[in-house]
Amino acid sequence: MEDAATGTGRADVGELYAGRDDVVFVIDQSRCIGCNACVAACAECGTHRGESMIHLEYVDRGSTVQTAPMVCMHCEDPTCAEVCPADAIKQNEDGVVQTSLKPRCIGCSNCVNACPFGVPKYMAEIDQMMKCDMCYDRTSEGLAPMCATVCPSEALWYGTREEFTQRRQGQLLSDWDFGNAHITTKVATVVTDREPGPLDVLLGREPQFRWQDDPFALEGRG
Amino acid sequence: MATRPVTEEALVERYGPHLNLAPPGGWQRDGDEVDRLVRTHCCFCGQQCSLYLKVAGNEVVGFEPDYAFPFNEGKLCPKGVKRYLQGSHPDRLHDPLERDPDAPGGFRTVTWERALSRTVDEIQRIQERYGNDAFAMLSGVSLTNEKSYLIGKFARLALGTANLDYNGRLCMVSAGAANKKSLGIDRASNAWDDIPRAEVIYLAGANVAECAPITTSYIWRARDHGAKLIVQDPRVTPIARTADVFLGLKPGTDSALLGSVLHVLIARDWIDHAFIEAHTEGFDAAAEAVRDYTPAWASQVTGVPANRIFDAAELWGTSETGMLLHARGIEHQTKGVENVMACINLGLATGKYGRPGCGVTTITGQGNGQGGREHGHKCDQLPGNRDITNPEHRAYIADVWGCAESEIPGKGLTAQEIIEAIHADEIKGLLSICFNPLVSLPDTAHTRAALEKLEFYANIDFFLSETAQFADVVLAGSLHEEDEGTSTSAEGRVIKINQAIDPPGNARKDWQILLEIARRLGRGRYFDHFVSTQDMFEELRVASKGGAADYYGVTWQRVEDEQGVFWPCPEIGHPGTRRLYEGGRFYTPNGRGRFNAVSYRDPAEVVDDEYPIWLTTGRVVSQYLSGTQTRRIGPLVTQYPEPLLEIHPQLADRHGIADGDLVRVTSRRNSMTLPARVVTTIRPDTVFIPYHWAGAQAANQLTNRALDPVSKIPEYKVSTVRIERLGERRAVVDSRDTRLYTDANATSPRER
Ligand code: SF4
Ligand code: SF4
Ligand code: SF4
Repeated sequence: MEDAATGTGRADVGELYAGRDDVVFVIDQSRCIGCNACVAACAECGTHRGESMIHLEYVDRGSTVQTAPMVCMHCEDPTCAEVCPADAIKQNEDGVVQTSLKPRCIGCSNCVNACPFGVPKYMAEIDQMMKCDMCYDRTSEGLAPMCATVCPSEALWYGTREEFTQRRQGQLLSDWDFGNAHITTKVATVVTDREPGPLDVLLGREPQFRWQDDPFALEGRG
Repeated sequence: MATRPVTEEALVERYGPHLNLAPPGGWQRDGDEVDRLVRTHCCFCGQQCSLYLKVAGNEVVGFEPDYAFPFNEGKLCPKGVKRYLQGSHPDRLHDPLERDPDAPGGFRTVTWERALSRTVDEIQRIQERYGNDAFAMLSGVSLTNEKSYLIGKFARLALGTANLDYNGRLCMVSAGAANKKSLGIDRASNAWDDIPRAEVIYLAGANVAECAPITTSYIWRARDHGAKLIVQDPRVTPIARTADVFLGLKPGTDSALLGSVLHVLIARDWIDHAFIEAHTEGFDAAAEAVRDYTPAWASQVTGVPANRIFDAAELWGTSETGMLLHARGIEHQTKGVENVMACINLGLATGKYGRPGCGVTTITGQGNGQGGREHGHKCDQLPGNRDITNPEHRAYIADVWGCAESEIPGKGLTAQEIIEAIHADEIKGLLSICFNPLVSLPDTAHTRAALEKLEFYANIDFFLSETAQFADVVLAGSLHEEDEGTSTSAEGRVIKINQAIDPPGNARKDWQILLEIARRLGRGRYFDHFVSTQDMFEELRVASKGGAADYYGVTWQRVEDEQGVFWPCPEIGHPGTRRLYEGGRFYTPNGRGRFNAVSYRDPAEVVDDEYPIWLTTGRVVSQYLSGTQTRRIGPLVTQYPEPLLEIHPQLADRHGIADGDLVRVTSRRNSMTLPARVVTTIRPDTVFIPYHWAGAQAANQLTNRALDPVSKIPEYKVSTVRIERLGERRAVVDSRDTRLYTDANATSPRER
């Protein structure tokens, strides 16, 4: 495809991450501004046009504007695939867990129930499970996924680990414990230990007062 | 007579807003059919994000991110992602229309000959009978620089009217007036790449996350380097959530708060004496004005705890670098200009100008809000941000235009004043382009009555906006992607809009319509040399040369080659100006930045027993301005389908209101009904309504027409209301709303 205006199509930037094996998909909820650009853009993805596979939730709109985007975490040993009786969910050589194969999916929703992160969606109209496949049409060409490309806050971000450490604060976390189950994911979240919150019982600290607890100082604590 | 030819419902039935939920050809259309990618910019807000439009034949069918453009690096908000759905929209006007109460939908399709000759006849009739100034023009800053320039010249030399104004009047004029007065130039002080260099960022009345979303990434980048964040707003906006100091003030008390910050800076000697001495004037008067503005006093006025005011002053005053970004929250007030001057005082007092990571900047809201306020469709201004009352400036432009100076009319009325003049029978005819005053001006009933008084009203637009429903003649113009030209982003970066498709059907490019009217008015000699928009840019370059907004060194080729050029750019070899005021040199005649004494005064309307609650208005991220475009784009409408009343639980409790209940809100102007959203993220004495909707859903039914005395911006951000619970919701509030939900649920919306 040619760009009529400048003669430079997107092919020029298609090489961005091609052939790099140190790329990482990062979620940092603390940056999310709830704009829904990720949701809007996900529905433009080549493999599921018209449907978004990313969820955006308000944590509790009554008391905060905090929102939380949720993509497939692309587990190393994906539970959704393990429980699929029809062997419809495949993980490719890059570790991306893909949407169910249309001819195989029997719509049983085992995967929906099994995923610890609540990601796969059963779509009744097409009787098939669909989920984020990390924009495989884009990432396989070296492009960032749609949601991470557009995210104005870089709450969703895609790049190399080195770029991340140069550019950003916080540590990447991709190991999870759900009860006895230990899960390692391809997608990482950002954690920071700079400011232990009120739940830090181990250190025995008093919960710190933050202005967000009383934004308009109604209780007179400034 | 400019009235609705048929009922509003019948007009909506025929002309929308309807929802477009899928691209032409549907979602399954094969990607291989896309035959070209056209690099251009988003048609919405002042961030002017770069993107590629995917084009198949004469249709825009999708978008691709532009990773290479330095401002947004591929980032977009949901409006930018879905903007392509406005093309091939079922509501798009394909032909000129004439008002006809007997036609289905109230308008009949006419030929261009008929539409133009009727328009020209009416202009001539009105001007012969009542004088030239009785025919006014209203313009919009979604238009390119080229079109803005053309309109300035068209109104003055073709219509010969002084009464031309634009919808930037509802946006950045307070900042513009304060900047010119204090600093001698009206532009953002810095390119945005200075934001990550700042140690402290102060947001005053700027809901950055929803109104300028890409700016959040610059702020987070600053925070990655350890920057502190101060936010001044009556609501906890998404960016405020993470602030280090949150100043949750009462609407309309910004200058008291900012004055108190200056008071603390002086009291603690956190000011830059050397900078003040060498590069500014007027400090003593500004200091005197805030002598009594202690945090304790300001706390009483603003409702912000004194210790937070002190903390803000300490962060701002003790940081080596800092940027203060302000927006409509402080500017949409009868004290808009003073509020901005109070911000500038903080920058001057601490020497935060002209260095990396230092500046005080407005975040331009509208797409070409910056360029649009420089090249001549403001009532008091000529190209290059020249002053229409200055004889030298007039003579220079007369020379460029090849007319006698006396042919250029004088200063005209501002947008809201034009509405008042229609009521006063001084203005009888109106031509408007890309401006939807019925939704965007305050006190909607007053605006509607003015439209109905007009003897003739012609409208150039691509959808039948709520205001266009009142037109006698509608001239089907062009969408953003149907023409080329430049615009100037919030940063002051001149960028290139490229044409992706041709106007559909018999619709025409806006400038071709204007040129034809000029010719028919017998004024072709001033316009006939324009055969492309590039010709207009070439003339604009010369017209701006030596002016406050100097574009002379900017060319279309440079804009393409250099990913935009920052003005001022006085010569072809000049690199452009990314950061203003380097070396402490301001653009005032003596090169010094001017402090202004800002004393606090009350808003135009204050709470009392009858109207005890503050009302403030603003945007949501999925909608843009009066919603003419975005209320037709399905995914954006489903994201936030209708206006909601944000209300604190304490206030809600007092009225027995639960989340989701229907509430009637009444101001001195009017009442409206809408569902409540009960949240602790707003002050308990204040309610908020977003303003993008029309008719029964329009927030501007309630707002006050009071104007800032200098900038003439209306006081959108502060009015007073009372509220009452009407009952549980789920009855739909507005007829349009019903349609929206029906359409959103339709399986195949485009077959409607
Ligand atoms: S990676 Fe692609 S498919 Fe997955 S949520 Fe993001 S946009 Fe959607
Ligand atoms: S695009 Fe980014 S900031 Fe916006 S909602 Fe999604 S994750 Fe949050
Ligand atoms: S509306 Fe503004 S922030 Fe959103 S994509 Fe368009 S230009 Fe960018």
